Amino acid sequence: MHLVLFFIFALFALAGAANLLLQKHPINSALSLIVVMSSLAVLYLLLGAEFLAMAQVIVYAGAIMVLFTFVVMLLNEGREEKTWGSSAARVVGFPAVVALLAVLASAILRAGRHYGTVSLSDGITTTQDLSRVLFRDLLLPFELTSVLILIAILGAVALARKDDGNA
Amino acid sequence: MTPDLFRILPEVVLTLAGVLVMLADSSLPQQADRRPLGWLAALGVTAALGASLWQGSLPSGTAFYGSVQTDAFSTFFHVLICGIVLAAILLSIDALPEGQHHRGEYFALMVFGAVGMCLLTSAVELLVVFIALEISSISTYVLAGYRKDTAKGPESAMKYFLLGSFATAFLLYGIAMIFGATGTTKIPEIAALLPAARSHTLVLLAFALMMVGVLFKVSAAPFHVWTPDVYEGAPTPVVALMSTAPKVAAFALLVRLLYGAFPLLHALWMPLLWIVAVLSMTVGNLAALRQQNAKRMLAYSSIAHAGYLLAALAGSGTEPIAAIAFYTAAYAAMNVGIFGLMSLVAGTSERRSTIADYRGVLAESPLAGGLMLLFLISLIGIPFTGGFFAKFYSFSTAMQGGATWLALIGLLNSGIAAAYYLRFAMAVVQPKNGKTAPEGRWSVATVVAIFAAGGTTLALGIAPGWVLHMASTAAQSFSLLH
Repeated sequence: MHLVLFFIFALFALAGAANLLLQKHPINSALSLIVVMSSLAVLYLLLGAEFLAMAQVIVYAGAIMVLFTFVVMLLNEGREEKTWGSSAARVVGFPAVVALLAVLASAILRAGRHYGTVSLSDGITTTQDLSRVLFRDLLLPFELTSVLILIAILGAVALARKDDGNA
Repeated sequence: MTPDLFRILPEVVLTLAGVLVMLADSSLPQQADRRPLGWLAALGVTAALGASLWQGSLPSGTAFYGSVQTDAFSTFFHVLICGIVLAAILLSIDALPEGQHHRGEYFALMVFGAVGMCLLTSAVELLVVFIALEISSISTYVLAGYRKDTAKGPESAMKYFLLGSFATAFLLYGIAMIFGATGTTKIPEIAALLPAARSHTLVLLAFALMMVGVLFKVSAAPFHVWTPDVYEGAPTPVVALMSTAPKVAAFALLVRLLYGAFPLLHALWMPLLWIVAVLSMTVGNLAALRQQNAKRMLAYSSIAHAGYLLAALAGSGTEPIAAIAFYTAAYAAMNVGIFGLMSLVAGTSERRSTIADYRGVLAESPLAGGLMLLFLISLIGIPFTGGFFAKFYSFSTAMQGGATWLALIGLLNSGIAAAYYLRFAMAVVQPKNGKTAPEGRWSVATVVAIFAAGGTTLALGIAPGWVLHMASTAAQSFSLLH
């Protein structure tokens, strides 16, 4: 049962990712990304990582995708234009992607033989365990993200606000 | 027992300074002069510099459950990075054009960027490394785009952002892989667990992916293509910062990864980095020869310098770490100096762009021209300057490690490099051709920054003993090496 579900949703994720790249209209690409994100959430669930799956749905498929679609619709971007560069990127990019994929896949497949199976939720099952990792072992990176977000907001304001002085 | 907070004191000071600058900026009236904010930021960075020096007196150790480690190595790089950021802020105070908006944000971004860069040199947990790298990168992406009136400014920021994010993704993928192979993201634990790693292939893959991310940040060939475009479009004081501080931090990270996490793979990464070193030197110098734009030329020159730096890694023992630490200090001093002077003589509107535009600088202002020649001489690597001694140290380290041919390629490349630096120097010396360019204002802040850079360049060339001692002490932090 798990295996069947895995294959179905893995296929969804792959199809969504491929569609994302092939679509010319930004909104279609954004919607395909939702498919990818939700399918990944199911895959996490199948691996036994319930919390990760929920976070994936709420944060990525929910909040971030809403922002994406908002921005695309606000900017009212048209279809993507084809330039000489984009066709060159296609000619060079696809073989490069295939080569990278081959290297990664062969490495992971070769590594796979050495592994047993493991459930992602083995060590961390309750919110209590999760909090312990997040607020004790990883306290510093957790606090640092606040500086990161602050700097991103600061940068967005500095770059996006008009320079005429009264904006 | 040292409280955890002491281990990140410089970062805490910098964060507070950044927040203060932001608050002060919003409480000032709209039309008010923003220069005091620059001085406030400079004060904050000076305090962080003091905190870093004080950290040197602490016994080395880790904090926050093994996330950060302060030792002689981290202290050396903390002081260096705080020094660079301080100089860049001082250079910016009077170099921002009159109508420039968001000056407050500009200074805050520089200070926050320093938080990330400083933390990169002391982080021993890869998640902290990743977030610190993002903080330092995002602040530089934004700063690169500060010349919004030109088309090149946004282009510079956009290119840097897209390529930089792509490179960071590689690093993150590598971190995920190493976690898969060893089950930890702490650098010392990775080194300890590597022999027992479940899959060697996965470790190699993780290592390769992480190297892509780090080598991009130090703009080593073949990951260098972004450098000239980004430098050309960014404001010159920002180039003074981003051609030095983030690179210094990335080199510190590189050393931590190579000698802290992957000393076991020494035989593997050595030839890999030789290739990158040779490529960086050659590609950087050959491309620099053909440049007419002064900033693009120096961008390619910085790629070549990354190559000279990497050449030191061919040495044996902990000697390469000392050579790299010394080289980054000398490189930072001369690069901050030359970009500071370019910002000064080109004025806020950056009217001088090609090398020919710099004709007559010496006649116009003997002081600016003379100092410019000093930094160019140091970049060439002529004795009695920091540039010479750094190169000498790097190449001799490589030769001691048995890579004589690498040192030879480096020397050959230094010869090529002399050609384009001399072309720039000739332009500075030549009499001006008719039109007079406006000369920048020598303000207190600029004088302090440029003279500090010049003084450091000379001191590192004439009396390198003290810094050399610091660099070797820093290298001792990695004495676990076999």
